[in-house]
Amino acid sequence: MKYIWFAALAVLVALPLFAQQTSASQGGAPDTAALEQRIKDLEERLIALEGQVRMLKSGQAGATGQPGAAQPAPAATEAVQAPPSPAAPAPTPLPTPVAEGVAPVGGQLPNYGGASASAKALNPDISVIGDFIGAAGTNSALPLATMQPFPSMQMHESEVGLQAIIDPYARGDFFISFGEEGVNLEEGYITFTALPAGLVAKAGKMRSAFGKVNTMHNHVLPWIDRPFVTTNLVGGEDGIDDAGFSIQRILPAPKGIFLEATGQVFRGDAGDVFKASQRSDVSTVAHLRAYKDITESTNLDFGLSYARGHNDAGAVISLSSDFLTQLYGIDATVRWKPLRRSIYHSFVGRSELIWSQRQQPLREQRAFGFYTSGDYQLGRRWFVGGRYDWSERSHFANLTDKGASAVLTYWPSEFSQLRGQYRFTKYAEGINANELLMQLIFSLGAHGAHPF
Amino acid sequence: MYKSRSRYRVVLVIVLSLLLGAVFSPTRVEAKKLNVVTSTTDMAALTQEVGGDKVNVESIAKGYQDPHFVEAKPSFLLKLRQADLLVTVGLQLEIGWLPPLVNQSGNPRIQVGAQGYLDASQFAEILDIPTGPVTRAMGDVHPLGNPHYWLDPDNGRRIAKGISAKLSEVDPGDSAYFQERFQDFDKRLTAAEQKWDAEMKPFHGRKLVTYHNSFPNFAKHFHLNVIGYVEPRPGIPPTPSHTIELIGLMKRENCKLVLVEPYFDLKTPNSIGAATGAKVVVYLPSVGGEKDVTDYFKLFDYDIALLTKAFQETQ
Repeated sequence: MKYIWFAALAVLVALPLFAQQTSASQGGAPDTAALEQRIKDLEERLIALEGQVRMLKSGQAGATGQPGAAQPAPAATEAVQAPPSPAAPAPTPLPTPVAEGVAPVGGQLPNYGGASASAKALNPDISVIGDFIGAAGTNSALPLATMQPFPSMQMHESEVGLQAIIDPYARGDFFISFGEEGVNLEEGYITFTALPAGLVAKAGKMRSAFGKVNTMHNHVLPWIDRPFVTTNLVGGEDGIDDAGFSIQRILPAPKGIFLEATGQVFRGDAGDVFKASQRSDVSTVAHLRAYKDITESTNLDFGLSYARGHNDAGAVISLSSDFLTQLYGIDATVRWKPLRRSIYHSFVGRSELIWSQRQQPLREQRAFGFYTSGDYQLGRRWFVGGRYDWSERSHFANLTDKGASAVLTYWPSEFSQLRGQYRFTKYAEGINANELLMQLIFSLGAHGAHPF
Repeated sequence: MYKSRSRYRVVLVIVLSLLLGAVFSPTRVEAKKLNVVTSTTDMAALTQEVGGDKVNVESIAKGYQDPHFVEAKPSFLLKLRQADLLVTVGLQLEIGWLPPLVNQSGNPRIQVGAQGYLDASQFAEILDIPTGPVTRAMGDVHPLGNPHYWLDPDNGRRIAKGISAKLSEVDPGDSAYFQERFQDFDKRLTAAEQKWDAEMKPFHGRKLVTYHNSFPNFAKHFHLNVIGYVEPRPGIPPTPSHTIELIGLMKRENCKLVLVEPYFDLKTPNSIGAATGAKVVVYLPSVGGEKDVTDYFKLFDYDIALLTKAFQETQ
């Protein structure tokens, strides 16, 4: 890599010298043309060299390389990581951490913080997303209710994302969420991208493919809270988020329909939905997704989901639980975004219907719930939306919570977002709550993918 | 016991059905034509020039779409999973939407670093490479340099040469054909370039403003002077204070032309035009921005005709 820099430098230096020499010794018109041609050739070589240097800097050379797209540029990496890494130009070993942490083997000090930018180019993409939520109004929900009120102010979540390509066969993604009280591995998984027969496999901890909202991180939701049906039937904010593996594949389908099947097996622990009391209590999730472009600006997205696992109902009686919970879901999304004005106007309408069938002592509980929402983009920075909620509770299917929300979102830039949500809740116990929620989301570091 | 058996059956059915689907689905037909998917229409046009009838080329983004904000629609996966080669613009232009598509494509041939992944920016002359530290206070800045580099015919030639070499690598049997196609393209481009240069010559040094900083390579090649942008920072929508500043600058510099990409709103440019007497022109940054702009040559023909007309009118 250094040689290329030298070569590029040499060409740069040689260029004017060479030009001077030749023009001094000769002067005819045909020679000028030849000279111009040679300068042009040198220019071409220089541009080619610059391109190679850029590729090397962004770590794209070789099979383990990163895309310009998925990897922050050296400059950006530097900006993100400036505090912990010394900006020393020479590769000086750092004695302090070595002395404290690692015993050097064979007298050779590990060379931490190497000064070359290429060492950083292979670091994972680092990003942090802050999620600050405030709430006003009254909500005197009983302690029994699944949906508990937000505190007046909270740093709800600070999500650190670390993402990189592992090797030519796989990539890794980590999302570590720091709440106010503790740290939680929200997701951490490896994706095998180079499997035969079009299969894509994942292993690790991940949000399961049950429906739409369950797969979404807080900061990509179109609301501040999650729909009541998610909280009542699918485990709330964390949802079905468990350790296991996943296989997905695009299936052949006619008429330009995108059809994809996903099968997942998890340990069987997910909030108050699933609880594994022995190794064989694994849970399974299956999802079938059909998608079609109606026009270039409108598309339909439809999904069927199924989840099955053991619940905690038996745990009070014996150590193991033979009580099962099964969930069935239907989700539908319609999106509109005119391509010529895609940054100004769009509409997303979505709905999810979920049925829960929970075995528990005395009587099986069959609960149903749904939400319907619509979000319209008014201009480049403004979005309005609304949501209607209706959901029974999984443990007590005769109790129904209802609610409606209006949402207004403002985007100062692609990297921050201010949102207000007015929420009316009619709890099953007959308590009504009128609340105003405010949220500020801000993102640092690597440019993530836009949600779809 | 019964329960655990039924559970395993569920798991087994899921895994087996996926595997069966994998085995029985039609495998890729060993066609003679290479399937090339490109992120933008310009890369598609250049690939078509050198690939001729030995390639099927399709672009993900449309020519009238903002290439920063393409949606990662699943339908694009259907194209990507069949692709032998993916040509990208690079320099983080597609960072918001291409990586998830590539990951989910289930196609090992086009993964980053694989033979079928080509970042075309490595061949081109790149401008606006930040020299100091980069922060988002500069807006959505591209730390590797300005990704709108294809609007310089010399870069077009370089990219076409790079694509031709890559096509030969993926399909060595047709290497002579691709080489020949490139030479033919080179010749036609050189001839066209002479014509374009002659048309633009009277307007060397003319000042203009663009909405987004998507014009530097064109401006450099044809010796134009971009003095400002409608956006206060890349990716940040116009603000009143910046607009007032820009109007002042344009008046002082006697700048009479505002170029707008087809995917931006015309409200602010029009008010700038009204305040300064400048002409507001929607130019095309990409092939396919208008129906009849179907290839790389027509893109320059179209834009140069627009520019020369606008410059003459604002003499």
